[in-house]
Amino acid sequence: MKRQSAFVTYMGQRWAIVFLVLEFIFFSILGRGFLTLNGVQIVLFYGTTLALLAAGETFVIVSGGIDLSVGFVMGFATIVSAKLVAAFSRMGLSPGLSIALGVAITLAIGVGPGFVNGFLVGHLKVPPFLATFSVQGITYGIALLLAGGAGAAKDVPILANLIGNGYLLYWVRGQGLSFFIRPEVARGTRVVEMIPTMVVVTVLFIAVGAYLLKRTRFGRYTYAIGGNIDAAIRSGINTKRHLTLVYIISSLFATLAGIIYMLEYVTGKADAGASFLLDSIVAVVIGGASLYGGIGTVWKTMLGCLILSVLEMGLRMMGVPTFDKFIAVGLILIFAVLIDQFFPELIHKED
Amino acid sequence: MQRVRADAREDASRYRAVSLLARNWALLFLLLMVVVFSFSGKNFFALDNFQNILRLATTTLLLAYAETFVIITGGIDLSVGFLMGFSSVLSAQVIRKLCLAGWSPGACIPLGVAAAVLACLGCGMASGELVSRYRVPPFIATLGVLGVATGITLHISGGFPIGDLPAVITDIGNGYLYYLHPASGKGSFFRPPAAVTEAQIRELVRVFPNATVLIVAVLAALWYLLKHTRFGRHTYAVGGSTDAALRAGINVRRHLLLIYMLSALLAGVAGVVFVFQSGIGNHTSWGANYELFAIAAVIIGGASLMGGKGRITASTVGVLLLTVLENGLYLSGVEPYYRFIAVGLILILAVVIDQLFPDLF
Amino acid sequence: MAYLLEVKNITKRFGGLIAVNNVSMGVNAGEVVGVLGDNGAGKSTLIKVISGVYHPDEGRIFFQGREVTVGSPMDALAMGIETIYQDLALAENLNVPANIFLGREKLKVALGLFPVLDNSHMFKESKKVLEKLDILIPSLRNPIRALSGGQRQAVAISRSIYWDAKFLIMDEPTAALGVAEQKKVLDLVNRLKAHGIGIIIISHQLHDVFSVADRLVIMRRGEKVAERITKETNGDEVVSLIVGAETI
Repeated sequence: MKRQSAFVTYMGQRWAIVFLVLEFIFFSILGRGFLTLNGVQIVLFYGTTLALLAAGETFVIVSGGIDLSVGFVMGFATIVSAKLVAAFSRMGLSPGLSIALGVAITLAIGVGPGFVNGFLVGHLKVPPFLATFSVQGITYGIALLLAGGAGAAKDVPILANLIGNGYLLYWVRGQGLSFFIRPEVARGTRVVEMIPTMVVVTVLFIAVGAYLLKRTRFGRYTYAIGGNIDAAIRSGINTKRHLTLVYIISSLFATLAGIIYMLEYVTGKADAGASFLLDSIVAVVIGGASLYGGIGTVWKTMLGCLILSVLEMGLRMMGVPTFDKFIAVGLILIFAVLIDQFFPELIHKED
Repeated sequence: MQRVRADAREDASRYRAVSLLARNWALLFLLLMVVVFSFSGKNFFALDNFQNILRLATTTLLLAYAETFVIITGGIDLSVGFLMGFSSVLSAQVIRKLCLAGWSPGACIPLGVAAAVLACLGCGMASGELVSRYRVPPFIATLGVLGVATGITLHISGGFPIGDLPAVITDIGNGYLYYLHPASGKGSFFRPPAAVTEAQIRELVRVFPNATVLIVAVLAALWYLLKHTRFGRHTYAVGGSTDAALRAGINVRRHLLLIYMLSALLAGVAGVVFVFQSGIGNHTSWGANYELFAIAAVIIGGASLMGGKGRITASTVGVLLLTVLENGLYLSGVEPYYRFIAVGLILILAVVIDQLFPDLF
Repeated sequence: MAYLLEVKNITKRFGGLIAVNNVSMGVNAGEVVGVLGDNGAGKSTLIKVISGVYHPDEGRIFFQGREVTVGSPMDALAMGIETIYQDLALAENLNVPANIFLGREKLKVALGLFPVLDNSHMFKESKKVLEKLDILIPSLRNPIRALSGGQRQAVAISRSIYWDAKFLIMDEPTAALGVAEQKKVLDLVNRLKAHGIGIIIISHQLHDVFSVADRLVIMRRGEKVAERITKETNGDEVVSLIVGAETI
């Protein structure tokens, strides 16, 4: 019987954080401009989409399911929001109002795919993999239909771009701080930008999500369903309704990600989220969730997102082709699962 | 007493009739589609078109066969689409490099094919070991392996398709078994008849694509494997109850390893077929979803993600259903986005039917 | 008369926990011994040691008069020691012959070239063994998913008998069955006795054990606290032994 030193066990259980720190060190040595304020912010900017999708995915995976539709729901949302905002703008509404209305209605529409997913999984007992895969295809088709060719985002007011690419804090030497709005300065004066607004928005929603999963009865029930759905049913939880809500939450996060994308790039793109799907699931798994359900938290998923974002950015800054990201992600993923397997085994060793 | 029994018998036979229909709903739906598209689609109901459909479905069929085995054991293989890309790139690169170096096509081609297939077997071994020995969930194991394989693929190809391959490759890949010129009665095997004018080439009737010859052979072999060998029986057993299989003395670990290797092998073959049909090797792009379609086809064919069910013939029907749908919609002038919607709806239909009649085998 | 199966001084530990503590017992051919005890008494662990799932830390096992080492479940099967678990270990998606021959399928050569499953042979042999044990199953071709609990239990037992089990361990054989089916299974056990097979039954259903077992072994907290001949004891005494009101 091997005796594992307490330190190694401690480190092993927190391997994700250790890994992240190592990544930081690795890339700041090898990459240029990595640990600067600019560099960190680029990572955060990139990671917002991943973080939102992964947060929604966490709910679904904890409930014992999986949501393959998040990527295309996001793309769908980019197109819907672009078109709505453009339409309102064309109707003569002020930019601010157009954007606000467009965003609100998009969020409302974003409930749709989630509702369908949840209904299929909760009421019709369709395996989540199949249900969300079907909905993914349908959503993609509808998105393409709506996009109907280029120019999905004509007439979207510039304000959208300003919001999407704005920062929380601006600091000009001698002028002090200003919030949200870029201060007017003489040409050549350096403006320090801190914390992209969209990152703030993302963090807010993720914090809400984390609280929802961890501290509310809703979250508790989600874990219960993921742990043992029969037991959950027998303790009186309305699993059908609950599962529907869980998938709606995932869909809403994806919709939000799509809206933010639209604000950042002022365009609608049906496959904008396609490449994020697998990454979001990877992030959730790296964060320690179990694909069988019942285990996982939003913040740990965020850790997984960080690891992936830092990796992506670090590789990019090192000038290494993104091909290697695939290899790295693949290896990290396998590593993550193996560690989760081996460390519990070393702690409770049985015959 | 007699009347009660007669009623019961009537109910039983009615149930049997309905469940027989439900069990073969995919096939019925396929036939229905063929009928509908014959009217709505230009040149749909033509030998040429049908053979075209079969030819294009070849790679998807191979991937679906790969998934069939894995899904019966209750697992899943997300890597098949990307292994296909890996195989196409590797084989194309090897063939190209060797031919440029002066080797004869007769030597380069088999070497390229062998290299690709072996490399995929290696990937399958990796997935298989992770799943069977290290108990990594198949979703994750195959996801990890596909990541590594795609990375290697991109390193080889730099992200660009690899061409410049000997012409004989596409001749074989897109060739037919028999060519006939109906007017003059001239016919020949494997290539168009020699003494045929430019004008007459257009009138040639092509019979039986080479690719379909391959599929028929593979289909027969795999069908036999699943249905009539111990390996096939054990595949169902492992999927039905891993515990039962273990306690019956089946080496489940080794069996799963072989299953994932088989899956990767078939994906490798699909990659080679891709090169033969398109003349290039290319990585699989991130949103192509080949594996998802293959899995969908297998499910439509009646398999369950829980494992224990599935048949090669049924998976074939599943693939044909999807490809005929796509082809028919295209020939009927329907825009491509409806294809996604249609596939999604059919899949939901498949699963709902499965829920209603869970005991169908 | 030597025991068919005997274990002497078996001890099995898991970390600091002693699951089985110095237990000795034996079973004769054609005899049924009921192993009784509350949860955590060590009954399951003991039979897992006998069937090769666990290795004993101390003690020896004798089968058919010779000392043996049961290295794995396959070893036990090879010796003729078969275990029928509570969950039966049957594949629901396969039919009766497929289950009976699981892992040991019979092959024939088709067209002089390929090895093929000999389904007709397996079907016929399955029918024979079911008839031998007087078990009635209407359709052998359908997946066993369609069979009742008692019928599945019967299939599991038939499987062991077909492969010449000499010793049978049954873990909670009647637990999930209805009254009529319980009786059928117990009748089956009596018939097996008549064939000279040694049987250990673990069960919480005292009345079932009393109706088939010749002797009773009672365990508590890993130790054997008593052994009784069924005819010479009664339910009350056994319960108090299980619970711990008296020892020996």
